[in-house]
Amino acid sequence: MNQLNNFTKGFFKENPVFILLLGLCPALGVTSSAVNGLGMGLATTFVLVMANIVVSLIKGFIPDKVRIPSFIVVIATFVTIVEMVMEAYIPALFDALGLFIPLIVVNCLVLGRAEAFASKNNLISSVIDGAGMGLGFSMALTMLGGLRELLGSGMLFGLSIYPEDYGMLVFVLAPGAFIGLGYLIAILNRVNKA
Amino acid sequence: MTSYFLIIIGAIFVNNIVLAQFLGICPYLGVSKRISTGVGMTGAVTFVMVIATIVTYFIQNLILIPFNIGFMQTISYILVIASLVQLVEIVLKKVSPPLYQALGVFLPLITTNCAILGVAIMTVSNNYNIVEAVVFSIASAVGFGIALVSFAGIREQLDLMNVPEGMKGAPIALVVAGIMALAFMGFAGMV
Repeated sequence: MNQLNNFTKGFFKENPVFILLLGLCPALGVTSSAVNGLGMGLATTFVLVMANIVVSLIKGFIPDKVRIPSFIVVIATFVTIVEMVMEAYIPALFDALGLFIPLIVVNCLVLGRAEAFASKNNLISSVIDGAGMGLGFSMALTMLGGLRELLGSGMLFGLSIYPEDYGMLVFVLAPGAFIGLGYLIAILNRVNKA
Repeated sequence: MTSYFLIIIGAIFVNNIVLAQFLGICPYLGVSKRISTGVGMTGAVTFVMVIATIVTYFIQNLILIPFNIGFMQTISYILVIASLVQLVEIVLKKVSPPLYQALGVFLPLITTNCAILGVAIMTVSNNYNIVEAVVFSIASAVGFGIALVSFAGIREQLDLMNVPEGMKGAPIALVVAGIMALAFMGFAGMV
């Protein structure tokens, strides 16, 4: 029961994007379509889970003073792995996400979970926490990406829903990211309160 | 000379680092409640961004490229930036206490500011030389400052407004940022 709670908190109660407002740069930058949002979310989930595993395993050996730089090196290692694998196997997504893949290193969500959770808890809880937070982040990015894709170009996951001519181009461009996320958070606030 | 001018206009207005490239959103939303904190953050970001760009430029060209270890870029850059922030903090504390007082609280936050790492990586991918890199990093920091300080000014006024219950806090701030981004889109195509 406790572990289940640990897993689901990332989706609603402590959703990284909608509630905690962490990791907003990739959330706004890559969500011009639902597929890009999902890809970025899963890449971040991988880094988050692996970093949580390693941090929870080595937490006993690291002196307190150098823990943040050590965590950053662990995270950067996994980001480099993601970067190389993506470039080799899914180059189209690699090009679409561009600069934001190396920038997973400075995603405050990843370092935040390593520092606040994995460095204090055992291996299993850390894995579950990382997976829950990562999938909650993926869910938020896919929702925002889907919203922008649907309103902007009339498509969802690349399937045409209504003719593209009726789409509002602004939602695919930069301003639509801010406005779309603002309204999504407002709607969720309203739902949570009711 | 023209190329420098194009880099400056491009980085400040056309490809504004916050409103068009989505880098540094965390400090943009986090420290924009007051104009004075916005100005302090801009100072700290400018300082670190320029030094970090210069240092990472030499790392790229003197270490990573000659030894053919380009895949170490992310790891080496973030380590350099993290230690640089620490170093700047220590040096400022000794050399210039007033400046440390002004920028001090913002410095630790900068390690996780993706704008710093983003600008360092963009300098490499755009193939800038050292002078262009410095100009580009200063212009990017100015663009960050313009976006942050004007946003802080709007948010100070926004506190006095009657905002609908559900839109209070982050949502209305994001919508305002979206409208600012819309305004900055007017510069598109200038360069």
